[in-house]
Order: sequence, then structure tokens, then C-alpha cells
Amino acid sequence: MPNVSKDIVVSNKLGLHARPAMQFVDLANQFTSQIKVFKGGDEPCEADGKSVMQMIILAATEATPLRIEANGDDAEMAVQRLCELFDSKFGEED
Amino acid sequence: MEIKKGIGVSPGVVISTAVVLDAEDLLIPPRQVASDNISQEVDRLEQALTDSVAELAELRNSVTTQHGAKIGGIFDFHLGVLRDKSIVGQITGEIKKNASTAEYAVSVIMRRYAAAFTQMTDPYLAARVKDVRDIERRVLHNLIGQRQEELTHLTRDVVIIAHDMLPSQTAALDRMHVRGFATDAGGRTSHTAIVARAMGIPAVVGLGDITAEVNSGDSVIIDGNRGVVIVSPDAEQLEEHREFERKLVRLGADLKSLRELPAETKDGHQISLQANIEFAEEIDDALSNGAGGIGLYRTEFLYLAGDHEPTEEDHFNAYSEALRRLGGRPLVIRTLDLGADKYTQAKAMQPERNPFLGDRSIRMCLHDIPMFKRQLRAIMRVSRMGDVRIMFPLISTLMELRQARMVLRDVQEELEDEQIDFRQNIPVGMMVEVPSAAIMASQFAREVNFFSIGTNDLVQYTLAVDRTNEKVAGLFCPGHPAVLQLIRDVIRAGARNNVSVSVCGEMAGEPLYTLLLLGLGLNIFSMNGPDIPEVKKVIRSTTLEHARQVARRVMSFDSERQVMHFLREETRKIIPDVF
Repeated sequence: MPNVSKDIVVSNKLGLHARPAMQFVDLANQFTSQIKVFKGGDEPCEADGKSVMQMIILAATEATPLRIEANGDDAEMAVQRLCELFDSKFGEED
Repeated sequence: MEIKKGIGVSPGVVISTAVVLDAEDLLIPPRQVASDNISQEVDRLEQALTDSVAELAELRNSVTTQHGAKIGGIFDFHLGVLRDKSIVGQITGEIKKNASTAEYAVSVIMRRYAAAFTQMTDPYLAARVKDVRDIERRVLHNLIGQRQEELTHLTRDVVIIAHDMLPSQTAALDRMHVRGFATDAGGRTSHTAIVARAMGIPAVVGLGDITAEVNSGDSVIIDGNRGVVIVSPDAEQLEEHREFERKLVRLGADLKSLRELPAETKDGHQISLQANIEFAEEIDDALSNGAGGIGLYRTEFLYLAGDHEPTEEDHFNAYSEALRRLGGRPLVIRTLDLGADKYTQAKAMQPERNPFLGDRSIRMCLHDIPMFKRQLRAIMRVSRMGDVRIMFPLISTLMELRQARMVLRDVQEELEDEQIDFRQNIPVGMMVEVPSAAIMASQFAREVNFFSIGTNDLVQYTLAVDRTNEKVAGLFCPGHPAVLQLIRDVIRAGARNNVSVSVCGEMAGEPLYTLLLLGLGLNIFSMNGPDIPEVKKVIRSTTLEHARQVARRVMSFDSERQVMHFLREETRKIIPDVF
């Protein structure tokens, strides 16, 4: 099974707060792959990308480096679409 | 095995199975179920999650319609958490691994997340702890609702263990199978105590943390006489309490033999003993305890039991049922006495700062005339079916009494226009439970047919003591000389103006006060049915002359300690076996 990962940096001002986390999880749940999100920096930790609670608890504020990893048949597509969400800054900024 | 000491507020002993009602706004203690009930707990959890999701979806839609998608979107996060498979998996895992109740499992997992949020440095994220608590409360509310629902249709006898019973909870109980109460909070005059006495089942309150000590399904002894609760008793304790239970039954039979005998002093002075009730169904029991009528029919339960405000027909049906069971004996209907309780405060747009001095009882009725009229119309419509009397609660000024009477007159005129028959001269009375009314009893006496002294509120307002606050409940004492002076003056004012006076508070049913009240000239005592035999026993064991001497002596004391000590001694002298 394909295992795909990509590193990104949180670029929206408020970070991964409730609404972006919901958007991320909603999207992640559309894929069959298992999705994990790793946070680097001083307090490294990981979250189930399909759990909104765990995603929020990552406390991924602006400029936090994250690794998005997917494991499954649609892993490639999943990582690509989830990274696009970060690129779009969750549609919250101009 | 665990023995807990509390306040026995309703006598009797029961050995039964516990049902624990958790409270959503309090910390849920660790609690287990039997291993064969684990799958049932998982089902309960799933049902509560489904119900919570449905509630939230509805809430989001209505908020979105009213305030826009941005505000409505707040609930998306709540919905997301409830559908979060990893969280649901953790909660289910807690139930399966530790045989926890669904309530505890939800609480422990959600609190773990709440703790994680409070440690966050980002203030926006840290503030989400409120959402986590809110989600927890919603799921718990649905779980506890299921338990309460079970309590409306029981198939076996149980005792209820709760933090405190709310009027809305007791109103819906299956009264056939609930055999006792034990609560963390409450005092002698708390709602739980009143309901337990009315139902004639044992209750112990003020136990502190009984809900943390008991699991649903545990065997429990509730000893309302000694104020003790024993959790998972051993064989010896079971035998001891079974013996005590049998002794109480014998004593009860002894007191019941008094039923046919009149409530008459040794020197031939007749006293009327009546019962306080909340449901028409209690009348049969009250009569079998020897009640000569109903001195206080509380009508609040009509409002608390259903999910809608009672219609005129709901009132009418309840009152006609009561009259049918009474067969011509008097029925004093007290008009709505709500307010200053959790039920109305929860419904209020803005909770009152000082509800006991706020918009309660007759004040609330005079602020909602259509509601008040519905009740008065129903009372007037049943006025020809028996001996019905109307009583207004919490009157504090003459103006209030006059307003209430004016509304009653309006209702009577409306009925005349509709050519509906009613009793023109229906007796109208008032509760004397505010010091201003007691002090002005002579003036009030010119405008009513009867007084009924509500000692619970009269004591609370005279002594400025909240009887449900454990820290000051010890100051609550009907034997306080100031209270006794007010009671004496009301009885005197009644006698001078030919207005009958009764006492319908807890004091009337306490044998300790019987001699005193008798000696002060009280002729009508209204109390919970099960208390009647003991009070009758005191009355039949004394003379009016002796009671007057006791009262004179009591009125010369200047502290409640002297009063209580003296009354205890005197009562023990005449009925040593009960006291």
C-alpha cells in the first residue's frame, strides 16, 4: 500500500483552530487511507487526521511545521488535497 | 460494606436495589456496572450520542436561520467531536475495559481533553475548553435523561440515590416501585423530604457524597428513622434491619388502630386533622391514616409533571378526581405556588438575584393573569362537586389579596355569562407565611374566611434562614420564640374575628409541637398523611388544660433551645413509646 507524506508549515494567522480543524477532518474523512499529522518543533506529537479533537490538541499555531502522512490506496490524492487546504489558508485570509 | 450517616427525613426502613441518578453539572464519580451489562452501557452511549447530534443539528439550523452561518458554524465543532471516531472509540474502550457506566466514561475522557486544552498557551485554543465542557454536559444530559425515563416505568422495586431530587424528577417517578431516597444534599424540609413523606417511603438526605459510594444495582438499606444508609450490607446487618422493619410494621399497625378513634383530648375537645397532598392518588392513603379532609392540595405538580403548562381541563380533571375520592370531605386547593425553584429559574429569561424575595407564588400569578384565571376557572367549575375552598399563597400585603380576589370575581362573572354553575360563597383563605401577613393578621382577618399558617416559609422569612443551605440550616427552627409569637398572634386574631386557623407546615406533623399548638388554641392541623396517627396519639393522651399550661410555659422562654428541650420532655412524658 502506498505511503505518502509531505511537510508543510501552517501559514494562516489563527493556526489550526476549530473551524480549520473541522475542514481538515471533513476532508480527511473522505479518503479511505489512514491519515496522520505530525508536529515538529519543541513539543513533537502526532494526531489522527480524522479526529477533530486530536487535530485541535496539536495546537498548531501559525508557523508550526507539520508533516501530513497518508497510508492507503488513495494516499497520494489525500496528501495533495489536504496540503492544498493549508495553501488556501482555509479560505480565511485575503 | 459502607455505613453513611445523614439526616433521616422520612421514617421507615427499606432494603432494595439502588438506581443512581448522576447530575450533569457535577463531577461524575467512578462508577461500575455488572459485566453482563457492559453492552447495555455501550448501547446507552450510542443512543445518547445520536440524540446529542440530533439536538445540535437542530440548534445549528435554527441559529443559522436567525443569526447567519457564521454563528451557526460554532456548533459544527461540537458535531465534529460527537462524530469523532477516535473519541467515541476511547469512551467505548473505557466502558469495556473498566466496566464503567457510560456517564463516567464520557466524563473521564472529556475531562482528559479539557485538561489538555487548559494547558495550551494559545488563548484562543485554551478557550475551547468551554466547548469541550459543553459537549460533555450535553451527552451526560441525554444519558441521565435515559435513566430518568427508566424510572417512570419500573418493573421491580428500587431506591433512588441522587445528588438532590428536582421537582420535575420526582413528578415523573413510578410511585409503585420507588421505595426510598438517599441524597447528597438537602435538609429536613427539602423537596426530597417532602415528597418522601407524602409517598410514605423512607428517605435520608444530607449524606454528602452518597452518589460516589453507590453503583446502580448495589444492594442498599435506607433507614429513615436513624438517618443511616448502608451500602452492600453484610448478612448480620440485613437480619438486624429486617427485624427493625418488622418492628416498624407492628408499630405502624398500632398507630393505624387509632384511625377510627376521634382526634379528641381527654377532656373532650375535638381537633380536626387533615392531610397535605400533591396528587389526588394520595387521598386514599390520607383517609386511611385518619385524615378528615385535605387541608393543603399543592397544585405545582400539575405544572411540573407535563411538558406543557396545564390547560383548564388538566386542572379540572385533577380537582374533580380529588373530590370524587374525598366523598364530601373538605378540599383546600392552594393556587400555584411556583417560583424560587430550579424549575422556574431555569425557564426564566434572566435568573433572579434573590428568588425567595422575588417573583414567586401569588406574585407570579398576578403577573400572568391568563394562567392564573385558567386555574381559578377550573376551581370554580368543580365548586359544586364537593366542599372546595380556595387558598392564596404568600400573601404579603392587603393589596395582593384584594387583587387576587378581584381576579377571582372576574372569573366568576365570566362563568355567569357562560351560564356555568358554581358556588357563589366559596370559602376564600390565605396562607400566612410572610411575617408582614402574620403581624397584620387582624386586618387580613376581615377579608378572608380562613388562615393557614405555612410554617416552613414563615420560619425562613422570620429568621432569614435558607433551610436548604447546609451551613445555616441549623438556624432553621419553628420553635424560635419570634416564630412562636407570630403563630400565637395569628391564632388569636383568627379567634377574635371568627376566621378559622390551621397550620399546614411541617410543624403541624411533628408530634413535638402538638402540645404547644394545641395549647395556643389551634383547632386544625394539616400534615402529611403518615404523620397523622402520631399527632392524634399526642392529642388523645392529653387535656386541653395541660396543653395550655405547656404553651404558657413555652411562651415565657427566650431561646429555642429551652423551647425544644421543654417540649421534648413534656412529649416524652405522655407518649414514651413513640418518642
